[in-house]
Amino acid sequence: MIGKTLFDKLWDSHLVRENEDGTSLLYIDRHLIHEVTSPQAFEGMRLANRSLWRTEANVAVPDHNIPTKDREKGIEDPISKLQVDTLDANCDSFKIKEFKMSNPNQGIVHVIGPEQGLTLPGMTIVCGDSHTSTHGALGALAFGIGTSEVEHVLSTQCLIQQKTKNMLIKVNGELKQGITAKDLILYIIGKIGTAGGTGYAIEFGGDAIKSLSMEGRMTVCNMTIEAGARAGLIAVDQKTLDYVKDKPFSPKGALWTEACEYWETLQSDENAVFDKIIEFNADKINPMVTWGTSPELVTDVENEIPFSSNDKFQLALNYMGLEMGMPIKNILLDKIFIGSCTNSRIEDLREAAKIVDGKKVSDSIKLAMVVPGSGPVKLQAEQEGLDKIFINAGFEWRDPGCSMCLAMNADRLEAGERCASTSNRNFEGRQGQGGRTHLVSPAMAAAAAIKGYFVNVTNADWGN
Amino acid sequence: MQIGEIRMDKFQTFTGIVAPLDRANIDTDAIIPKQFLKSIHRTGFGPYLFDEWRYLDHGEPGQDCSDRPLNQDFVLNQERYRNASILLTRENFGCGSSREHAPWALLDFGIKTIIAESFADIFYNNCFKNGILPIALPSEKVESLIEKTKLNIGFSLKVELDKQILIDSNETVIPFDIESFRKDALLNGLDEIGLTLSRVEEIKSFEIDHLKKYPWIFKS
Repeated sequence: MIGKTLFDKLWDSHLVRENEDGTSLLYIDRHLIHEVTSPQAFEGMRLANRSLWRTEANVAVPDHNIPTKDREKGIEDPISKLQVDTLDANCDSFKIKEFKMSNPNQGIVHVIGPEQGLTLPGMTIVCGDSHTSTHGALGALAFGIGTSEVEHVLSTQCLIQQKTKNMLIKVNGELKQGITAKDLILYIIGKIGTAGGTGYAIEFGGDAIKSLSMEGRMTVCNMTIEAGARAGLIAVDQKTLDYVKDKPFSPKGALWTEACEYWETLQSDENAVFDKIIEFNADKINPMVTWGTSPELVTDVENEIPFSSNDKFQLALNYMGLEMGMPIKNILLDKIFIGSCTNSRIEDLREAAKIVDGKKVSDSIKLAMVVPGSGPVKLQAEQEGLDKIFINAGFEWRDPGCSMCLAMNADRLEAGERCASTSNRNFEGRQGQGGRTHLVSPAMAAAAAIKGYFVNVTNADWGN
Repeated sequence: MQIGEIRMDKFQTFTGIVAPLDRANIDTDAIIPKQFLKSIHRTGFGPYLFDEWRYLDHGEPGQDCSDRPLNQDFVLNQERYRNASILLTRENFGCGSSREHAPWALLDFGIKTIIAESFADIFYNNCFKNGILPIALPSEKVESLIEKTKLNIGFSLKVELDKQILIDSNETVIPFDIESFRKDALLNGLDEIGLTLSRVEEIKSFEIDHLKKYPWIFKS
């Protein structure tokens, strides 16, 4: 018998029916909601006089619009405030569990899902947000949807889907000392391109993936969408189970044991067939820095910006104010952002704090900020004294939210400003109109804050 | 609303001016910048479509765009393309965020069909929920169409979805592929939620079974 991939297993266990036209009706276990992509869905449901299918499948949190400082003053921007108020009102009226802005467990939706045990292995998870791919790190089938589909899930607990193809990206060997999950995924995107995964669900495997922490795996799956694939997946192993255990909403007692028995089956079978397999060697990867306006325009920190006659290179460089042949290490920065659903978990903050410990942010840096991914991440970091390390070095220590990853709140770049950012997108204007983004790991962003320019943080003498 | 009742306009054959946006990897942040996502409505995004490319100043939601300084170099600001209803572009159009505000903005502006070398998955899917037809064509076809739009002022295409063809004024026919379920949804303006709700019993019975197999899912 032909083996099944992990994706096949997750798909099959949620298949309500296969339609004659090649589409399938897929059951959705968990629906995560935030303020930006949900108001029109709730409105649509009301206009159609439809009801919420299963209340407890839904969990909401405001994250995109909310301020990361002086939160007690409320949201200053009236349009942002209305959007967050609308989420609160919708959740109150449909009795949906919501981590409101004032809740100590509030945070970025893709951070709090796993952290609260609302994301569990084997689930189908959707959210009106492309970075829903993050949750695949726990062996769940998770993907981003538009607002029409948000409404579809609210009303039916199902989605009409066409099954995507299976891709396996195998990263063999060991990552070199100091190389992070962020470098790994940027390297992969650089190789396969931002459309390399279009039409596929990508499972990540191989020793280098198995060696990653759960936080690292979330970073990899988070940026799967930047490679064009809606869903990223990593097989369940002991690390997954250890991570999920004792989370506020994870199963307990006999139910835990029963769940684990099932979760342990969530790997691709030995003889599973993938439509495409790509292999990489982990030891080839160095600290990565994007230099353009698409995550695929990325290179090793020791390199120069490549020469190319491709129009898209020149277009990107014009926007970025850079030139072909320029060494990455010569790029001078204005701002530093450590945060986002890609890199704002406790391990990310530890990695950055280790770099800045006892040092000072360069005078040439206008603003260096750390935005923890959630209330619990912030609290844990404070208990470990990381906040002091950042503050003493000259960083601002903020409250949790999406913040300058997409600059929907007050945190943004001004035109022409250049930022080392641990976020996921370096598109034109992403962090503020005219702003220039370089995507890097937390360690690289931290070191860039100290020096004012990029250095190879894996060199022991980078600080000299 | 009744089950299966039509919510979306049916996609009808039309002839429209083609505007070339000769650039790859156009992301949804470019199509509709983040500040406009603060709206709680589905409509009114048209004036802010491609805001950062279209205007020389910074736009804010609710702003009257009629006297904002235009970037005259931007294709949709050029007189010959101002009434375009077909957008022609390169690979990976609509990459990035899942924001449905992107197709809402395109539709509100008057774009009914997008021709590209390829599309990002979520954006592609979102188009069909809003009555927009995204057509993927091989790069040499796109290249030749871009040439034609530049050479011929007012270059138009007739879009016949039922026959899956594009026809230009010289009667040149370009066939395109589309999955049958997507074609049906557009041609009939199907209400997908209504369709799914016609399966209520099937979903309920699946759900009961699912709960027995995976009881922890329902325990939050």
